[in-house]
Parts: sequence; structure tokens; C-alpha cells
Amino acid sequence: MTQPATAAQKEAPTSATKSTGGQEGSRRLGLRWDMRSLSLLAVLAVLVAVGGITAPDEFLATSNLQLVLTQASVIGVVTVGMTFVITSGGIDLSVGAIVALASVWATTVATQEFGFAGILFTAVIVGVGCGLVNGLLIAYGRMVPFIATLAMLASARGLALQITDGSTQIVTVGSVLDLGARDAYVLGIPPLVLIFAAVTVIGWLLLNRTTFGRRTVAVGGNAEAARLAGIDVRRQRLYLYLLSGLCCGIAAFMLIVLAGSGQNTNGNLYELDAIAAAIIGGTLLSGGRGTILGSVLGVLVFTTITNIFALNNLETAVQQIAKGAIIVAAVLVQRRSMHGDA
Amino acid sequence: MAPQPPLLTMSGITKSFPGVRALDGVDLEVQAGEVHCLLGQNGAGKSTLIKVLAGAHQPDSGEITWRGEPVTLGSPIAAMRLGIATIYQELDLIEGLSVAENVFLGHEPTSAGFVVRGSAARTATARILQRLGHAEIDPARLVGDLSAAQQQIVSMARALSHDVRLIVMDEPSAALDPEEVDNLFRIVGDLTADGVAVIYISHRLEEIRRIGERVTVLKEGRSVAGGLPAESTPTQEVVALMTGRNVEYVFPERPEAGFAAGREPVLKVEGLTRRGEFAPVDLELRPGEIVGLAGLVGSGRSEILETVYGARKPDGGRVLVDGTPLRPGSVRAAVRAGIGLAPEERKAQALLMLESVSSNVSVSTLSRFARAGWLDRRTERAAAHQAVRELSLRPDNPDAAIRTLSGGNQQKAVLARWLLRGCKVLLLDEPTRGVDIGARAELYAVIRRLADDGLAVLLVSSEVPEVLGLADRVLVLREGSVVHTADARELDEHRVLDLVMEGSLTP
Repeated sequence: MTQPATAAQKEAPTSATKSTGGQEGSRRLGLRWDMRSLSLLAVLAVLVAVGGITAPDEFLATSNLQLVLTQASVIGVVTVGMTFVITSGGIDLSVGAIVALASVWATTVATQEFGFAGILFTAVIVGVGCGLVNGLLIAYGRMVPFIATLAMLASARGLALQITDGSTQIVTVGSVLDLGARDAYVLGIPPLVLIFAAVTVIGWLLLNRTTFGRRTVAVGGNAEAARLAGIDVRRQRLYLYLLSGLCCGIAAFMLIVLAGSGQNTNGNLYELDAIAAAIIGGTLLSGGRGTILGSVLGVLVFTTITNIFALNNLETAVQQIAKGAIIVAAVLVQRRSMHGDA
Repeated sequence: MAPQPPLLTMSGITKSFPGVRALDGVDLEVQAGEVHCLLGQNGAGKSTLIKVLAGAHQPDSGEITWRGEPVTLGSPIAAMRLGIATIYQELDLIEGLSVAENVFLGHEPTSAGFVVRGSAARTATARILQRLGHAEIDPARLVGDLSAAQQQIVSMARALSHDVRLIVMDEPSAALDPEEVDNLFRIVGDLTADGVAVIYISHRLEEIRRIGERVTVLKEGRSVAGGLPAESTPTQEVVALMTGRNVEYVFPERPEAGFAAGREPVLKVEGLTRRGEFAPVDLELRPGEIVGLAGLVGSGRSEILETVYGARKPDGGRVLVDGTPLRPGSVRAAVRAGIGLAPEERKAQALLMLESVSSNVSVSTLSRFARAGWLDRRTERAAAHQAVRELSLRPDNPDAAIRTLSGGNQQKAVLARWLLRGCKVLLLDEPTRGVDIGARAELYAVIRRLADDGLAVLLVSSEVPEVLGLADRVLVLREGSVVHTADARELDEHRVLDLVMEGSLTP
């Protein structure tokens, strides 16, 4: 955009800023806590209370809280990428498979010879590479995101199986394993949680404070209008799937640290967990509205439930039913609040 | 006329939505066999009222009687059973189904209760289409393949597939050509001759005079006048009732003829063509000039505009801005060169309905407010505010949600987008569609002011008086070819229509 602004236009913003600057400052600074985020926060508080009551000794133990947060971190990073894709009106079904492929590719004997950097680099590159294929197929091959990423899901899982031949690839690089060890905790916080926090903050800034975020929302809200407004919709879509792939690569690395191995079954059903977390967080499945904070809260709610059920020795079956009920309840609340302000 | 109970009476209807009192005491009385017109500005409650009538909304209070009997319209099916059919402005057809399947959707002719007899539906559909004067529409075709005007006919056929006594038509002529409108009026005439009543909603007063018998005027959710004679009530009175003030439906003053002749053209279109849509077009647009394209739907007017803008790829010819040719078929190249478009379908093609006014205005200029991708939202908002203020957009609040604005103000937001961008050429496709009468004059003034400030404007409108009143020069199109070019002052509506239909007027 090299269009030179005329003198009048250059002047205009400054004078308007002066007249309205005062009133907007306070309103614009804070994070906007909408009703849905608040209600999710309330749900989380209730869950913590339930955990504290049903398993008083185990749940609130530092080690357990560290575990919950660490578990939330891996799927959380994937969900941040997913939130961008859904906000743009797309979907990425391949995230789980990409995590699996990246985790096994980064833990082959050949890769491990390059040590810490080799593993991290490979995981990220494989993630971005898969995202690139998704993005090219969707943006330039004009494939429906559902189909393109479904195809990626199948092929990436297949490739992961082929690489490992079904075996677990143990990580022997000490520096990678150390990152998951208690000694690496910073002020009691596991490094993986710090990575998640960093991804969340960067994701939030990217969505809410940059032209990239604004264009994502525009493409999701009305792709045709965005195109006619001069936005390069296809390039934007490509970037979004690249971003999702990047998040998968980071998550794969985190999973390697956590498990100390790479497996082709890694990231199983991550796509559904990530989509569910984003949706209950308040991101519109139809696109045009997305919230990173909501997604993170969604992830925390799901992970906390899983933890509480495990601590109380309840079956996985019950746990899954509860998850389903939460998704339904969240969407019903979402619909009501949409009607409320319509 | 012998006193018989009216077909429909609605009295004291109220309906509130959270935060809005959409209907605040509406009375309406419709006789069998009459064309009853409903007038009102956008937001006056017309849409809500017809949704109540269609059973889609339940009124909070008020009474509805149907042929003298009190009734409740609890659901769309209940309304349909009584014989009330509604043709909505936003067509509610399913594009992936055939014409016949759409017409009989929900009441398919069946064997043994559930096996759809497709051939019976097609035969019946063909019969209805014949009656509507559109036998050429194949009942087996997919609705998605039809033109907007044909889809409208299908909507009407759907209404007639029931045993109707009252048809509600919400701005049926908005997407139609004069020729199509004539056909519509003929159909309306046939229906009323059979004793069917029609509630007709339109912004076009001249249509109401032509076919309406009585008029009910809504303002701010209330019926302010009921049963006025459609033919003889003076325009002044109707407009005053609608707006609560006296509005003169005038166009802004034009500069003298030939004022721009000495200026270097900013936009040149040379031999631009798209096969099957329009023949090679040549066009020059000078700063300060408003050039109008007049023609029927399907004459290629919108297609030309969209091809100039790069939204469609031309088969030949080129577009030059300030003498530099643009990359064909690239919207981004056009925008970068300084062209802006206010498209025909504002909601579908221009607006981000979930966003604020500010975001909608700044969307084409984001980079200017960003350093390394980082948005300076204060400057962005302030600049957007300044732009909407220059166009006196209401409310004067850049944070307002765009969907809460009236059509006229939404259009101003689209114009503000290009004003902010600092574009040189503005393409306007049906700029006053869905804009009520009171707001139109203001929009015309805004467009003229932008031209006076040096913008070149290319205008497309299906309303001939609008083109003639606003433009300096007019190109008349017929079936994809320019058949006449003239100063707007040398043309009148009659001549333009003659050209549009025949293409044979001697100069």
C-alpha cells in the first residue's frame, strides 16, 4: 500500500485524536471480559472447588496442578492455532495427525543425532510443511478446508505409522529430556507451561493488535467483502494454515519432552479437543469472531475435568459424557447471549 | 361496496425485542381483492409486522381477525393454513433444490403419504409458472442456476402453490427491471381479480400509485395513517407521514455542462469485454465527473463495474488509471491504483456485519495504521471517525456495531472506507438500494460532494430517475452494448426507457 496520503488525510487523524483521545483511553486498555469468558471462568472455579472437595489431598497438591497445566499446554498450543483457523471461517482436522507426524519425524535415530536443535527444528519444520500443504490446497487449490485437512489427517497419520512401524521411538537426547524434569521448573512452573503462556500471549496480540488478526477476522466474517475491500484473501488463508501447522510443530516438540518419546499414536483426537475448546470458548464456528482467552479457558476446563475424574477413579466413559454435556451447555449459552445482543 | 367483514384486521399489535420496541400499536385492515400498500422508512416496523402476519413472530399484544373470526398465528404453518403467504425480500429459496422442489417444499404431492411424486410436482409447477407468465422456467432446473428475477417468480409460484387468500410481498420490485415490474403488476392484477388480497411493500411511490388501492403508513412502530387512497394522496403528504417532516426528493445541483472537459481523464476503459456479458466498452472518467450507466438487469451494467474493479477477469481490453494500465482481474491492483467499489449487495459484498463501524471503514487501509503489522488502533479509530463524520454518518460513534445502522448509514460507512483510503475513482453499484426515501437525498448530496472534491464517480442504478438526476453523463446499455451516450440533461426517463427497450432511438 504505497498510496500517498494527501495532506488533508494526514492532518485529519491527528485532529480527531485530540478530540476523542481522552475518552477512549480507559475503555480500550483493559482486556474485554465478555459474559462467556466470565462464565467459563466461573465453571473453572466450580471445577477447582469440586476437585478440592472430592480429592482434597491430591487435587490441590502442587505436583498435581503442575501436571494439569502441563497437560493443558500441549493441546493448548494446538488450540491457539485452531482458533485462528476457525476465526477465518476455516477448520483444520489434521492437527492431531500433524502432531503425530512431527513427533515421530523429530525422534528418528537420524534426527536425534543432531541433538536438541535437530529435534526442535524438525518438529517445527514438519508442522509448518504440513500447514503449507493444507494452505496451498485450500487457498490456491480452492479445496474445502474440511476435505483438504481430512486428507492431510489420513496421510500424515499414515506416514507417521510408516516411519515408526508402530514402535515407540525413545528419546536419548539428554537436554530434551531435562526440559521436562523437575530441575528445569522456573519458580515452580514447568517450561512447557511457559511455552504455552508465551504462545497464548503472542496469539492474543496477533489476533487483537495486528493487521494480520484484523484480516483474519475480516476473511472469516465476510470473505467476499474482504476480497472486494482489497485484502488478499488467499494469501491470508495460506498464512493461517501455516500458523496452525507451526503450532502443531511446537506442540509435537512439547509432547516429545513430556513423553520422552515419539509415537505415531500421539495427538489422537486432538482435532476434536481443540475445536471443542475453541467453540466453548466463544469462537464462532462460522467464522468472524474469535477469542484466544476463551479458547485457553476452554482447554483448562477440559483438562481439569479429566484430572478430577482420574483422581476420583471414574471411568473414561463418564468423563467423555461430561465433556459432551459441557459442549452442549456452552453452545446453548453462546446462542442465548447472541440473541440477547442481536 | 356491500359491507362485508374485512379479510384481515390487525389492531393494537405490539412487539418488543430486547432493547427495541419494534411495533408499538399497529392497526391494519385489508379487504379481499385489494392491493394494500404498506409504507414506512427502514426500521418503521414493516418487516416485523409481516413476520407477525406470517406467524414467524408472536405479537406481545393486539388482536388479529381473519374473515371476522379472531385468530392466533402461532406458527408459519398456521398462517399458511389460513391462506396467508409471504414473499420475503431476502429470497428464502434453497439453491440446491429444483424449481419444483422449492415450490412444493413442505407440502410435496406424495403417494402412500411419503413417496414424493416428482412428476406431479413438476407438472403442477409448470402450470403455476404458466399462470405467472414465465413458462420458460424449467421446473426441473436448480434454483441456484436462475437469475434473481426468475428466483422471485419461483418464490411467487411457491406462494401460489397454496390455496392463498392473502399474499404479502416485501419489496418485490427491488431486484426487477421495468419490464419485469410490468409483469409483476399484471400478476398482481390477476390475483386480485380472483379475490386474493395483496399487501405490497415498496419504497417506490410511483409503483404504489400504479397498483395500490389503499395505503397504510408506519412510522416508528406505529400506524400513523390507515386506508389512504393510494392514487390521490399527495406525495408530500405521504412523505411527511413517513418521516414526520417535509422532505423534498431532490438531487444536488450539478456543475455546468462540460465542466470537466479540459481535465485529464483519471480512468480510461478501452475495449473492455467479457464474452456473454458485455461487448467491448470504451469509457473515460474525469475528476469531478459522475457518469451513470443505465440499463436493465442483465444489460451488463454491474458486470462492467465489477470487471473495471478487477473482481471479474476481462476477455479483452484494458483499464487505465492515470494512464497506467492495471493488471486485469486483480482487485488488489485496482485498489492500489485508487479505485473503490460500493457493491450492489451491501451486506454480502461489502460489510463485516459482526464488526464495528470503525473496523468496516478501516479495512482497506489497515497498513496505513500499522508499523510492522502492529496496529495503532487509536489512530485507526480516529481516522475512521473523521471519515464517517465527513459523511455525517449517524450515530456519530465509530464503535457502533455496523448491523445496528440503517441502510443509508451502512452505505455511508462503505463510502467512508474509500474516502479514508483516498481513492480517485469510486464505482457505485445501486448506491441507494435498501435506503429509505428520507436518507436518499442526503446520500445523493454526499456523492455529489465527493465528486466536487475531485473524485470521479461511475454510477449504476436500476432507477432511471436516479441516474438522470445524479449523473453528468449517461451511458445507456442494452444487452451488453452501449447504445447511447449523452449529457444527462439531454435525456429524460421516457427516452432512456425507450433506448433500453429498443436501442433504436434516432439521435
